Amino acid sequence: MMTAIALLAGLALIFGLLLGYASVRFKVEGDPVVDQIDAILPQQQCGKCGYPGCRPYAEAIANGEAEINLCPPGGEAGMLALANLLDREPKQLSVEHSVEPAKMVAVIEEKICIGCTLCIQACPVDAILGGPKLMHTVIAKECTGCELCVAPCPVDCIKMIPVPQAVTTWKWPYPIYKLSVITE
Amino acid sequence: MKLWQFHGGLKLNGHKSLSSESQITPANIPPLLVLPLLQHIGEPTEAVVKVGDKVLKGQVIGHCREKDCSFLMSTPIHASSSGTVVAIENCPVPHPSGLTAPCIVIETDGEDKWIERTPIADYSTLSPTQLLYHIAKAGIVGLGGAGFPAHIKLSSKSIETLIINGAECEPYITCDDRLMREYPHDIIAGAQIISHVLGGTQRCVIAVENNKPEAYQALSEAAEGQLEVVLVPTRYPTGGERQLIQILTGKEVGRTELPAARGIVVHNVITARAVYRAVQYGRPLVSRVMTVTGKGVEKPQNLEVRFGTLMRFLIDQCGRGKARIERLIMGGPMMGFALPNEEFPIIKTTNCLIVSPADEIEKTPEPMPCIRCGACAQVCPVNLLPQQLYWYAKAKDFNKAQDYHIFDCIDCGCCAHVCPSHIPLVSYYRYAKAEIRASSQEHKQAEIAKQRHEFRTFRLERNKNERKEKLQKMKETSNASKEAAIKAALERTKAKKEQVASNEQK
Repeated sequence: MMTAIALLAGLALIFGLLLGYASVRFKVEGDPVVDQIDAILPQQQCGKCGYPGCRPYAEAIANGEAEINLCPPGGEAGMLALANLLDREPKQLSVEHSVEPAKMVAVIEEKICIGCTLCIQACPVDAILGGPKLMHTVIAKECTGCELCVAPCPVDCIKMIPVPQAVTTWKWPYPIYKLSVITE
Repeated sequence: MKLWQFHGGLKLNGHKSLSSESQITPANIPPLLVLPLLQHIGEPTEAVVKVGDKVLKGQVIGHCREKDCSFLMSTPIHASSSGTVVAIENCPVPHPSGLTAPCIVIETDGEDKWIERTPIADYSTLSPTQLLYHIAKAGIVGLGGAGFPAHIKLSSKSIETLIINGAECEPYITCDDRLMREYPHDIIAGAQIISHVLGGTQRCVIAVENNKPEAYQALSEAAEGQLEVVLVPTRYPTGGERQLIQILTGKEVGRTELPAARGIVVHNVITARAVYRAVQYGRPLVSRVMTVTGKGVEKPQNLEVRFGTLMRFLIDQCGRGKARIERLIMGGPMMGFALPNEEFPIIKTTNCLIVSPADEIEKTPEPMPCIRCGACAQVCPVNLLPQQLYWYAKAKDFNKAQDYHIFDCIDCGCCAHVCPSHIPLVSYYRYAKAEIRASSQEHKQAEIAKQRHEFRTFRLERNKNERKEKLQKMKETSNASKEAAIKAALERTKAKKEQVASNEQK
């Protein structure tokens, strides 16, 4: 009887020490779930979800504060991927978030630009080049199309245009054909 | 010689006699040449001429950004006849999208005057690297249809087997056949040069399908036992690079590796001739032999065509048929694609043009649901399960499609050809592949955007801290100097007082 208790107590002690050691030795820095959610989000940093960037939104989802259907650039595919990852029920993109826009890029009309640097401060990915009282321009390759630079411009010289289709970015379309009618 | 077999494949009706019996004729010089700046797989070139410039035949007009393209996935573009550059603009290019791309438009002067060429008298005196450089400058790409820059393949190391591909398995196309019959010596010489560039291969094989006995005969006579000429069975898609390797060596090359990783390099017969002409005559790649065939032209034939020639001009030279052209296919009927009109230029990878009036087009019945017969799996040359891929591509379940190795698919079209329900299977695979590629590209861009955003946040934070520190320091230093000044002033007055006191005492 006593040996059994002693044995179990001893085992509990050993395993307790082992677990304690492991939790210190293999401590995970940061929250891996947030990283995984962040990897699914499109990284436009557009803030359309109501959070200041993709990472904060990922954190909010991980904490259960935010729904998974708030990201318009991610679209339905992104929402489904999040639902799959978090094992949540897929949810229709909410009305104000449901417009899944075509890929856009910002263009500065350089004749009108007064060089106020407001758009540079707004750009979340440093894709606008320029200085005070000097003309600004968008580095099209780095622009994520988040539209955050449009509102601050005092002279309305920034326009969002759809990314032009090129031979190198063209995709084969989904085949659509009519099935033949066998019986009337 | 022992031959192996690949799985599946098809015996197709060749339709080759339409164009295979007439000699290769040079095409006329067209009034306009439209030369796309991207005619190969890899990096596009940039125009190095301006509008209004006079150019000579063989002059470089498009070049990659670097000074030396020979180590990049890019080859220069040359003017294919002499004349004046009249525009550098977006023009329609022969591509399934039907979109436009940057092109250089040259108005020819009809003189066809060559730029000064630098032939190599005896290539065996040059090192492989020097020859490779020479070939890279000549703008040679794989002329079988893929357009892979030739110098990239030629820079592979420790190659044991060189295969010259004369299989030409697609129906209608006969340009390789005619070339092998008429210029066997050029091809053999080209193969020997390629072998030299590769550092002297142990084995050099020229493979010809057994439906081209004349070509085999001509090549065997020209080879004089110096390299092997092999007859391989006629079966579509024997001309596929990996399929031909399997037939000749029994080795299977995985999707993620190049044949060079297995010590094998494959070049098309036309590419071999282009290499020979580049070395022997210093002639860059400005034209190619291609087939214009189908019942829509009066004289189907093989022509030596300058790149940039518009298809309309070429069809006119071959005699436009009376019936309206209903369908124009670039490439073969299995792997080519239809073009909406004739206003497209011939580019380096154009090996065939099939011009069909309405009565030549077999009407394919409308697709019906898949009945799971499995005929597609029996003919797939890469041992895939086409019907599974079809389900997953149709359902947009791309992860599953990748699990079933959709990227091993070579788009050969065997599965769609045998499908009793006439489902356009290849269209589904192309769609799925394009979507997967695009999403991985998007993922990469998202990663870059994330890094830039993180760096920006870090930078703003750093700037803020730096400013704070600076302010703090300024405050401290100003405080210190103030105190010092007060102290000095106090001391000065103290000294003055003492002086005044001592003066009074005196």
